[in-house]
Amino acid sequence: MTQALSPRFKNLIGLLLLAVLLAVVLPLVLEPFRLNMVGKYLTYAFVAVGLVLCWGNAGILSLGQGVFFGLGGYAMAMYLKLQSSTLEATKIQSTPGIPDFMDWNQITELPFFWVPFKSLPLSLLAVVLVPMAFAFIVSFPMFKRRVGGVYFAIITQALAAIMTILIVGQQGYTGGINGITDLRTLAGWDIRTDSAKTILYFVNVALLLGAIGLCLLVRGSKLGRILVAMRDKEDRVRFSGYDVASFKVFVFCLAAALAGVGGAMFTLQVGFMSPSFVGIVPSIEMVIYTAVGGRLSLFGAVYGTLLVNWAKTSFSESFPELWLFGLGALFIAVVLLFPNGLAGLYRSHVEPRIDAFLGRKGRSGSTPAPAPAE
Amino acid sequence: MNLGRRQILKGLAAMPVASAFGASAFFSSSAFAQAPATSAVNTTGLAVTDTEVTVGILHSVTGTMAISETGSVQAEKLAIDQINASGGVLGRKIKYVQEDGASDWPTFAEKAKKLLVQDKCASVFGCWTSASRKAVLPVFEQYNGMLYYPTFYEGLEQSKNVIYTGQEATQQIIAGLNWVVQNRGAQTFYLLGSDYIWPRTSNKIARKHIENFLNLKVVGEEYFPLGHTQFNSAINKIKLKKPDVIYAIIVGGSNVAFYKQLKAAGIDLSKQTLLTISVTEDEILGIGGENIAGALACMKYFQSLDNPNNKAFVEAFKKAYGPNMVIGDVTQAAYLGPWLWKLTVEKAGSFDIDKVAAASPGVAFDKAPEGYVRIHENHHLWSKTRVGKARPDGQFDVLYETAELVEPNPFPKGYQ
Repeated sequence: MTQALSPRFKNLIGLLLLAVLLAVVLPLVLEPFRLNMVGKYLTYAFVAVGLVLCWGNAGILSLGQGVFFGLGGYAMAMYLKLQSSTLEATKIQSTPGIPDFMDWNQITELPFFWVPFKSLPLSLLAVVLVPMAFAFIVSFPMFKRRVGGVYFAIITQALAAIMTILIVGQQGYTGGINGITDLRTLAGWDIRTDSAKTILYFVNVALLLGAIGLCLLVRGSKLGRILVAMRDKEDRVRFSGYDVASFKVFVFCLAAALAGVGGAMFTLQVGFMSPSFVGIVPSIEMVIYTAVGGRLSLFGAVYGTLLVNWAKTSFSESFPELWLFGLGALFIAVVLLFPNGLAGLYRSHVEPRIDAFLGRKGRSGSTPAPAPAE
Repeated sequence: MNLGRRQILKGLAAMPVASAFGASAFFSSSAFAQAPATSAVNTTGLAVTDTEVTVGILHSVTGTMAISETGSVQAEKLAIDQINASGGVLGRKIKYVQEDGASDWPTFAEKAKKLLVQDKCASVFGCWTSASRKAVLPVFEQYNGMLYYPTFYEGLEQSKNVIYTGQEATQQIIAGLNWVVQNRGAQTFYLLGSDYIWPRTSNKIARKHIENFLNLKVVGEEYFPLGHTQFNSAINKIKLKKPDVIYAIIVGGSNVAFYKQLKAAGIDLSKQTLLTISVTEDEILGIGGENIAGALACMKYFQSLDNPNNKAFVEAFKKAYGPNMVIGDVTQAAYLGPWLWKLTVEKAGSFDIDKVAAASPGVAFDKAPEGYVRIHENHHLWSKTRVGKARPDGQFDVLYETAELVEPNPFPKGYQ
């Protein structure tokens, strides 16, 4: 009995360790400014966790997760922008009551697709549903026609490029390259204060732990095993009578929804949304977080995201003109020295010792436990 | 050094204050002995000590914008060095913390916050694109910082926490259009631009001015995505419509393709008037002087300006960064930032942001390379507008400058 429970037990320990680190240790150690930055990093972790499921488990590499991150982020930003575009605040404009960038672009009434974002519940729904719906529309025909592997990755990347061009080009409706800026309140609650940022951080942590829990459930279920089987031998799964395409669409939509939640939390904590989070570069960066963490490990993805972003921030603060080289060296080191990422490092070096210490025989558990924070 | 009497008088005026606050000023280094006490000039916890004051520099030194923003960083550092050499600000040496915005707007916001919250910078010199300024503006307003922003931009903005040392749109557009009408007899205009807020807003102002104030005609208006390199169809349309003036607000790398294709299409810029507000000496380095010679640019500063301030500035700049450096309009505007801040702080007698913001209007800098400038109540600069004609060697011949300083008007009535 204990034997069967063990991987699940390890996951529980992993989740608990992560929860303690994020919700207790970091808030105690870090000052509010740095904590807010960790909060920002953790919003990318939503994408990384989704990618573990989508890429690590199901073998679907998406280079366009920034699109879904952006859709979620924009949905939230549109709501917040309408909140701050009151008649009072915008009375200087030729058309008061609409967002400032619309006024600059000679738009005189609120476009129809902005109207639902006046309502908070609808906006929150949109944060999850819009990325999911978009992921469905994109992936359904592709997976039905058995487009996969590299081709799928390239198409998602093209999607990221198209989305950026669309947002930048339609600046009257989207804020263009500036993005949607100067966001102030959520249902009257000022999100710019330090206390609000701290609260948002904890909401973010709770949501992230929930997301990891959800992914663990999916992975532990029969569905999770079908996903792995699909990755390793897609044809056999198909011949066994499973509808491979539907499973793929499901997992892709799930990853998109997670990315959307991450995007919304990003907007709330950073205070604006811009197309620079939708394009190819951020999308690939998000894949790198997952790779650094170890693409099979949900916990590794979170630690990988934190490590890469921490390195990015501290390198660029210390060496403003050379930091990209430092970051490049980090990636090369990861690929050369531990190709399975932080989680791989943990599994090959730390886990055997823990097992030996506990007097158990090394078991090839299906789910790795977390790597320690760097 | 080049501050002379005013600096000394300020120092003398500060002396009684310093002695009144006693010990801390007394023990500060002898070179800065006249410095007023820190507790008097810094009541809000900024990074000011008895001998030093910390400021921030926030530009992209990596990524696509690095090529444009590097000049601004160099100019700001040069100004800071010169100020330190001449005695600092209120007797304190300026120390800077540099952060990289990495051509990425959220990074700009993050770094701005770091400079204000963590480093407690008394002032920040930085940003280049409107997008980066829009990203940091809420940060500066929330944490009450002071930003000196160097780029000519679209206007429609005014903040207690920003001093705009570049031109807002009307300062760059109206005088130039008037000049081509008076001197080249222009009747018809063709407007071109990269597709984002600055060219669109600027062309909107240009169109209103042409149609409503000059009663002339716009025969075409077209926009291209950033980074666009195929201008042939636009050039064909221009050939068809034969406008008297091509009004071009194309930015960045697209310029290279645009001017080369114009030349290849047989449009001779010594016969066809082309007026741009987006090409400075920096851009010509990429475009190649021979491809753009004859084009007119409307700016407030050209490297070739003939006045003693500018000669000293160009010489110092080349001495610091090499003889092949060119200095564009924005680089000069960036150079103004630290000087204006120094003068404002000394006028206010305090580093406190609120006092600096309140003291800003009316501050004048008569050693500016572009000539005399003054800060307006709306935190933009009174500056002259100039029209220059590009030479094959990449410099401009200045053809015209406004007689008076042009009033900044970020919310122009009749142009919106």
